[in-house]
Amino acid sequence: MSAVQVQLRKSLVLVATFVTLAAVTGCHKKASGVNPSTLGPAPAEAAPAPTATITADPLAIDLGQSVVLNWRSQNATSVTIDGIGPVNLNGTQTVSPSNSTEFHMTAKGDGGTTEATVRVTVRVPVTPTAPPANTADMGSEAAFHQNVQDIFFDYDSFDLRPDASTSITQAASYLNAHPAIKVVIGGYCDDRGSAEYNLALGENRANAARTALTSAGVAANRLRVISYGKEKQFCTEETESCWQQNRRAQFSLDR
Amino acid sequence: MNRMLSAKRLSSIRHAQFYCLGALLLLFTAPFALRAQVIQTETSKGATVRIAVADFKPGSSDPQTGTLKTTFDSTLFADLANAGIFDIVSKSLLPQSIPGSPAEINIQQWAAPPAAAAMVAFGSFGVEGGRITCNGFLFDAKNQQYPQVLAKQYNEEASDDSARQIAHRFADEIIFRLSGGTPGIAESKIFYVKVTGADKDIWEMDYDGANQHAITHLGTVSLSPRVSPDNSRIAFSSLGREGFQIRMYSLLLGRMVTFSGAGGTNLSPAWAPNGKDIAYSSSRSGDPEIWISDANGSLARRITTFRGPDVSPAFNPRTGAQIAWISGRTGLPQLYIMDTDGSAVQRMTDGGYATSVSWSPNGQFLAFAWDRKYGPGAPGGQDIYVMEIATKKWIQLTHDGGRCDFPSWSPDGRHIVYANTADGKASHMKIMTMLADGTDKRALTGPGADMPNWSWK
Repeated sequence: MSAVQVQLRKSLVLVATFVTLAAVTGCHKKASGVNPSTLGPAPAEAAPAPTATITADPLAIDLGQSVVLNWRSQNATSVTIDGIGPVNLNGTQTVSPSNSTEFHMTAKGDGGTTEATVRVTVRVPVTPTAPPANTADMGSEAAFHQNVQDIFFDYDSFDLRPDASTSITQAASYLNAHPAIKVVIGGYCDDRGSAEYNLALGENRANAARTALTSAGVAANRLRVISYGKEKQFCTEETESCWQQNRRAQFSLDR
Repeated sequence: MNRMLSAKRLSSIRHAQFYCLGALLLLFTAPFALRAQVIQTETSKGATVRIAVADFKPGSSDPQTGTLKTTFDSTLFADLANAGIFDIVSKSLLPQSIPGSPAEINIQQWAAPPAAAAMVAFGSFGVEGGRITCNGFLFDAKNQQYPQVLAKQYNEEASDDSARQIAHRFADEIIFRLSGGTPGIAESKIFYVKVTGADKDIWEMDYDGANQHAITHLGTVSLSPRVSPDNSRIAFSSLGREGFQIRMYSLLLGRMVTFSGAGGTNLSPAWAPNGKDIAYSSSRSGDPEIWISDANGSLARRITTFRGPDVSPAFNPRTGAQIAWISGRTGLPQLYIMDTDGSAVQRMTDGGYATSVSWSPNGQFLAFAWDRKYGPGAPGGQDIYVMEIATKKWIQLTHDGGRCDFPSWSPDGRHIVYANTADGKASHMKIMTMLADGTDKRALTGPGADMPNWSWK
């Protein structure tokens, strides 16, 4: 045991001796190679160029809405944004441009100048010019009657005939393509039979047309039904062709 | 071979017992040779009271007396001639003398041939100080000891209309006494649709076609006037932006009153005899059905549930417990009856095209328009028929006179008013009246009148 303790004590002495020697001699060699002129806080050739990023959220707004600009820079000494002026090196700002704008950010630093842009699109509504807009929406009267044709019924019947189903299909596709159109469906009868019964029959005819159109996807609230019975005759001759013209469901624009 | 129906009304029996009226068979031979049917309606011809109607004696020398008395005399004569229960003595057969009071009449003169009257109506009529004074008497010529049956005095402002109304009231008194207790109809009114160009408005006239005047001025198409049992309101239907809707006019206030609207087409109102309920056709549920609401349009409830038109209801005016109406549930419109809760549905017609039903005041009969062979090129036309409900036997009242529609019973059940167009053109539609057995047809209006509705009293 005592032999181990003696050896450990010898080792410690040796280590202390080497450390002391190194401290006294080594430092002087190194200090002699330093050029004092190169000493400074930011040596020029070593300064990195600044970075700049700018984002906008959202990128597109409607007129009157606002957008949040968010910018970041590094190694910059000053940052400016065109139209806003000098700003913090990093920051956010809410802006509300009145028309589409490119926000141009310039970051200057010792390492140079860096630029970044973001474009904010402002959707300015077009002032509506009433007549053309509506016409385009509702379609023309002529186009309406060309596509939405009256349907005709058999004598004392309110069941749709095959030819009527074709008309309904065409009418429904036109109406579905022009959702602004509202329609009055008039129910008519020929002038034979009794006035009161014919009014009820006309109602059934107009409703048959309405049901067919709603089945084809036309919203029910766009369709208004009025029965005229035999009170409004188109054709007053006592012939079958004339009676047939009067037995119909007639479509017209509901203004 | 004919079968006789025991379709006599109580009052018919009474007056048959008292004055030997009634009980004449109306023979109707159906086109199908072996099937003849007989119905006796309120009206009977044949053994009726023979009555002499004297011109009234001028009661004053006022210049107005002459013209107003002429109005009075002709109105009284027409009222009694149209009553359907009298055999009127031709004026040319009357005695020369003109009695103005009981003291001036020699009743034997009137009882003897050629007048041979059983009853004599006479009196005096004069204008004094702008007022009519009229004394009317009814004498029984067969009871020479105590001949006076009736004595009435009237005093009204002097006008042509007053003269007519006095005649109507006196006629109704006579009819009430000689008809077995059924009130006369001379004071009743007929409401109808007047066609003026493209517009149709509601008009009113006296039962004899006089005094035609407008009630509404709505400038649209108004149809199906129905007067309330107390003559206070008219329900009808009128075309507006939302189609046909039930409208209500107050005859007391002289203006439109509220009736709650509903979706769809609403038409053909009918009053319940209690004057509180109205049945009508409404398609608010998408299909025309019979609904009943109160007289303001509230508390509406649906009665029928069948696809197809249901329209033109009419209450049983005697019980108020049944409704007759027209339904297209099986195709062409047919006549049906049911209870007011929608139960006990019974089909009455067996084919053809039946419309426009009116229920007789005694509850026994339905009058309606019927085209029994309906269709293009089919023979026959739309005529007025009367059906006895208990047996479903019917008689045809109009023949080959053009298209007929909208029959409506008189309050006494002896007359039927209806619309007729001789050549079938709607613009030539006029209002006709006839006895309930189809006799004594005559026009009440010129062309341009449609959809008559006889008042309840």
